Amino acid sequence: MSTFLGLPRAVDTSQLRGRPFPEAARAAVADPQLRRNLGDATATIRAKRARVVGEVPDWESLRAAGAAIKDHTLANLDSLLLQLEAAVTARGGTVHWARDSAEANRIVTELVRATGADEVVKVKSMATQEIGLNEALEAAGIAAWETDLAELIVQLGHDKPSHILVPAIHRNRAEIREIFLREMGAVGLPAPADLTDSPPALAEAARRHLRQKFLSARVAISGANFAVAATGTLSVVESEGNGRMCLTLPPTLITVMGIEKLVPTWQDLEVFLQLLPRSSTGERMNPYTSMWSGAVEGQDFHLVLLDNGRTAVLGDPSGRSALRCIRCSACLNVCPVYERTGGHAYGSVYPGPIGAVLSPQLTGPELNATLPYASSLCGACYDVCPVAIDIPTMLVHLRAQVPHPAPERAVMRAAAYAMGSPRRWAATRSASRAGRLLGGRRGRIRSLPPPLSGWTASRDLPVPPAEGFRDWWTRTHGSPPPATPPPAAGGDGAGAA
Amino acid sequence: MSARDEVLARIRLALGDRPTVPEIPRAYRRGGDLDEGARLDLFADRLVDYKAAVRRCAPADLLGTLVAALTDRGAARIVVPPGLPWDLPGAVVDDGLAATDIDRLDGVVTACAVAVAETGTIVLDAAADQGRRVITLVPDYHLCVVRADQVVQTVPEAVARLDPDRPLTWISGPSATSDIELKRVEGVHGPRTLEVVLVS
Ligand code: SF4
Repeated sequence: MSTFLGLPRAVDTSQLRGRPFPEAARAAVADPQLRRNLGDATATIRAKRARVVGEVPDWESLRAAGAAIKDHTLANLDSLLLQLEAAVTARGGTVHWARDSAEANRIVTELVRATGADEVVKVKSMATQEIGLNEALEAAGIAAWETDLAELIVQLGHDKPSHILVPAIHRNRAEIREIFLREMGAVGLPAPADLTDSPPALAEAARRHLRQKFLSARVAISGANFAVAATGTLSVVESEGNGRMCLTLPPTLITVMGIEKLVPTWQDLEVFLQLLPRSSTGERMNPYTSMWSGAVEGQDFHLVLLDNGRTAVLGDPSGRSALRCIRCSACLNVCPVYERTGGHAYGSVYPGPIGAVLSPQLTGPELNATLPYASSLCGACYDVCPVAIDIPTMLVHLRAQVPHPAPERAVMRAAAYAMGSPRRWAATRSASRAGRLLGGRRGRIRSLPPPLSGWTASRDLPVPPAEGFRDWWTRTHGSPPPATPPPAAGGDGAGAA
Repeated sequence: MSARDEVLARIRLALGDRPTVPEIPRAYRRGGDLDEGARLDLFADRLVDYKAAVRRCAPADLLGTLVAALTDRGAARIVVPPGLPWDLPGAVVDDGLAATDIDRLDGVVTACAVAVAETGTIVLDAAADQGRRVITLVPDYHLCVVRADQVVQTVPEAVARLDPDRPLTWISGPSATSDIELKRVEGVHGPRTLEVVLVS
């Protein structure tokens, strides 16, 4: 028996980590088409959410219950998982445990191989994206077809999802038509040659293309939105019916679920079935929710319980409430940073505010050091979160853990020194005039010389005004302003673009 | 150490601070306050809002209403669950039909287990008058009969009435997607048309 050594995090970080946020965000904010798509989309979903949340008189009570149910789950996670295992097994399912992504991928691959199938249909699932399941299956010679329309667009476009809920939010209809015409034929039923770019025509092409796959697939792979420990009930919440197709038609069903997706009792679903649809798509209820307990209607059912860094998150008392997240994506849609950069800038399958906390927690903060800064700390994400995760406080908590780049530390030290005495502060005024020269005609400073380049690597700096406050005071009052305590050195307000 | 033992050991170590959690506050609404008439009106309203079609009738007129709906729709051959209590023209009783056979039929007629007025939802629990999950999934048209006493106002009332050991399908309007520029399109993989006959 091997010795147990501490709490390892996700081993394979390829799906949770990309280019540093500032670098990826720079390209995104310079893309006007992307900014327009994102701006329209997030504004639309925000408004829908606000309307349907507004009609629920007991929203805050539901939210408090949702947060408390998840906290109870986390505090009793070991016994509840055992309860779930017993309930699923008693109802004819098989439960597997996976420490990390490699283990989960191995389990799923072997299960698929045992059926003799060389292709599977998939319901959109964050957990399988997180572990890179499609890539692992492909390496084993098994084709995995995404069946959610947006995921299909992403997959056929050889692209990455950019939003938890609407993964192809960065694509417009003309691009989608192109992708369908170019790619569908290579992997199944081709798109009709006269395909237009109207959304109904595009959806119809996807329907025909995928129906062929649903009717022939022998294995389906899904995630789970909720699992009820007491009854072994799993549920998948969706809109298109692709989830129902996958969960119903193939003779073998494999569900991969993060261990935090649990709720203790059947009754608890009454809370989350109200919180989730209104928070995510802004609907009173999503078109389809499927629930099943164990193996039903003759299906062979396997449940894979995934750790992959979650226990490390659980081990941090100030950070564990991130595991309450039900992946509704409400925090993405209200985030001013997400609205401008889109999901790809976060470099992780978990974008937006929740991604900025969850990704570094899962990988270890040093591997995602810039993400805790991908926020203005405005607090909008906390306000909309249906399980009341205090994301801003957690971001600050994580900022204290990530290694700060040396130039940024140097700038902070210099700023603290300059602001430490009125004389030194006054001396910076002439320096800031030099800043106007650096800014040139564009009126933004894009790069400062080292060591200050560390600062501008992540921010365009507005040029200092021609006349500083103290100069203005002296000119208009005829004498320097009275000595006041110097402004506190603070990082976040300073000229973020 | 097996993966199971190791994950459990990690959890116990992670919870070493023995977090205490307060009671779950259940101050939210657990039931509705509308009388039957208002509840049914709300249900019909929410269904229409979801682009489902609604017909209302008295118990005595049910069969005629179903036949009229099928005729209007041009659904000549329909699949029905083995326990459906109404004898409908063109009905093929599901005795384990293959999905490809169901795919060739025009529609499906079922009853339901529970319905939720506030969210416009019907819930099927695979009882004999509702049948296997596949028959309400593959055909393009679903005609569903809902009795007044099956309609509750709120989600908690519906959850309380349902049996978690049965496979459940919650349906709110027809299949829909908003994945292309957030334009809602009805009917992707599930039935493109949902019609509810509300009997009271
Ligand atoms: S953090 Fe909250 S708002 Fe964001 S996705 Fe998770 S549950 Fe939704």
